[in-house]
Amino acid sequence: MSFFISQIPALIVSVPLFCAPFCIISNHKFLSWFIALIATFFSFICSIFLFLNIQENMVISYAMGQWLAPWGIEFRIDKLNSFLILIVSFFALYACFFGLKSLKNDIQESKISLFWTSYLLCITGLLGVLITGDAFNIFVFLEISSLATYIIIGLGRDKKALYASFQYLILGTMGATFIVIAIGLLYVSTGTLNLFDLSFRVKNIVDNPALITAIAFLFVGISLKAAIFPLHTWLPNAYSYSPNVTTIFLSATATKVAIYLFFRFGYDIFGPSDIISALSIGKIIIFLSLLAILFGSIAAYKQSNIKKMFAYSSVAQIGFITLGIGLMNSSALTGSISYMFAHALTKGTIFALIATLIFSLKDIDIKSISGLVKTQPLIAFLFLITLLSLIGFPGTVGFISKWYLILGALQYKSILVIVIVAVSSLFTIAYVWKISKLIFLSEPTKQNLDIPIIMKFSCVLGSILVIYFGIFPGFLINNANEISSILMSR
Amino acid sequence: MISILLLNYWVAMILIALGIFIVISKSNLIKKIVGLGIFQTAVYLLYISPGKIIGGTPPILADSFSTYSNPLPHVLILTAIVVGVATSALGLSIIIRIKEEFGTVEEDEIESILFKEKR
Repeated sequence: MSFFISQIPALIVSVPLFCAPFCIISNHKFLSWFIALIATFFSFICSIFLFLNIQENMVISYAMGQWLAPWGIEFRIDKLNSFLILIVSFFALYACFFGLKSLKNDIQESKISLFWTSYLLCITGLLGVLITGDAFNIFVFLEISSLATYIIIGLGRDKKALYASFQYLILGTMGATFIVIAIGLLYVSTGTLNLFDLSFRVKNIVDNPALITAIAFLFVGISLKAAIFPLHTWLPNAYSYSPNVTTIFLSATATKVAIYLFFRFGYDIFGPSDIISALSIGKIIIFLSLLAILFGSIAAYKQSNIKKMFAYSSVAQIGFITLGIGLMNSSALTGSISYMFAHALTKGTIFALIATLIFSLKDIDIKSISGLVKTQPLIAFLFLITLLSLIGFPGTVGFISKWYLILGALQYKSILVIVIVAVSSLFTIAYVWKISKLIFLSEPTKQNLDIPIIMKFSCVLGSILVIYFGIFPGFLINNANEISSILMSR
Repeated sequence: MISILLLNYWVAMILIALGIFIVISKSNLIKKIVGLGIFQTAVYLLYISPGKIIGGTPPILADSFSTYSNPLPHVLILTAIVVGVATSALGLSIIIRIKEEFGTVEEDEIESILFKEKR
């Protein structure tokens, strides 16, 4: 048992990887789903073990193939990435569980086993990016996850999914290659690829212009992956035309992993050498985040495709998360980290609810949900809960994170930031109101089909978690506080 | 003299710029993939150049050798080449599917088809 526990960092990444080929070999709809479910469940259990272990040990270092760091590849787990691994593996399981019924409508039946293969590879990549302590390994895992993401987006029935996938492929590859350039420059100027080692050696090359070039490439590359305004253009189409399982999974995890890289590089590696504040990157991030919040909220209000509406809303929410990174004080960071959790939970559940509605209504136009409270009272109620969490209503998980973020903005002492955050919350209320009005105050126009129990269960589970972490925020706040104090002290 | 020593880097940077320019300016999807390929290959050059020291040998510990080239960038780039090939292959196969569904591989024609469907 103790041997098993010591091998968890490797198993958490390799089990989905090794299960992926079995999905193709099975070539069976249900069997491939079941393999994916077992693999994601195993990853989730491992991530719980890892998370509990980290509470005692602070840092776990795992030498891959027993080649010791800094020469070999190191898997390095600390508070920050164990928390994110927990989020990602939970939503991998959640979306997989949800996908049994939903996927049949979304893609051709013959391609279902291929979908689950790519899905498992995508999870491998995302968990790998989080867990690894090696700079080049980040790129490799990032590309594994990206290539799999292009596939699971492109499998959508709508032909626009193909075009969306292609656009994402072009932009995503550009972003990843920019990250490689940055890593190459860092390697050449410091002589190490190990992230922990790098954080000490960066201090010696502060005067080297290669460092500034590397930071610039890294910043743009990660921003592309994280869909930070104005580099968000791939996101709305990729989310709206992909199969619903993909949307649930990606909205909850993919951008969070890219934002994790911001934390890792911005605070952990470049933080000790003060180069980030010298280049005033924080101000650039704040400016872009505010634009993202305004643009995303306004664009969301104007959409008539319900998936696209919440895709644009994601652009705005990512703006909130990066705002906390840019503000660079401890309460803003706490807000930002808890916002990642809150947004994953809220958006994951919202897209699960939308997937349920699309399954039952066979339509993605916003008008089709009118009068939902009369035909599907349960779903309408759950929808209301998650929408309130999106606004940041007290008693939901969205409130907790927004509260800390606003505290951080107040500490920053800039009127403009506070005004824009407040105004953009009004825009959020505007599009939430637009949907709530249709659900609660309009007459039903369409006949509903029955909803499978597995979907109902997933939606109820998501909404219960949204309420639970809103009423008992201790777990979330304690972890976010600890992580932010570690990051700030670096 | 300095510019000749840095020739590798100049070439790599020019190719990077060319690759990105092709991706942005061309409307044909296949040409975009070609541009992406040039861009990625240029980055490989950027990696390989600093690893090689002129007159350096492979890192084998022996009395007669004193200057060693660093093999690690080359190994890293082998991985990156694999990633690049996979990206191109996936991109081209998506283009085949786009051609089947839209009947064209020109970006502006696809955009106009999508625009017409929207109305």
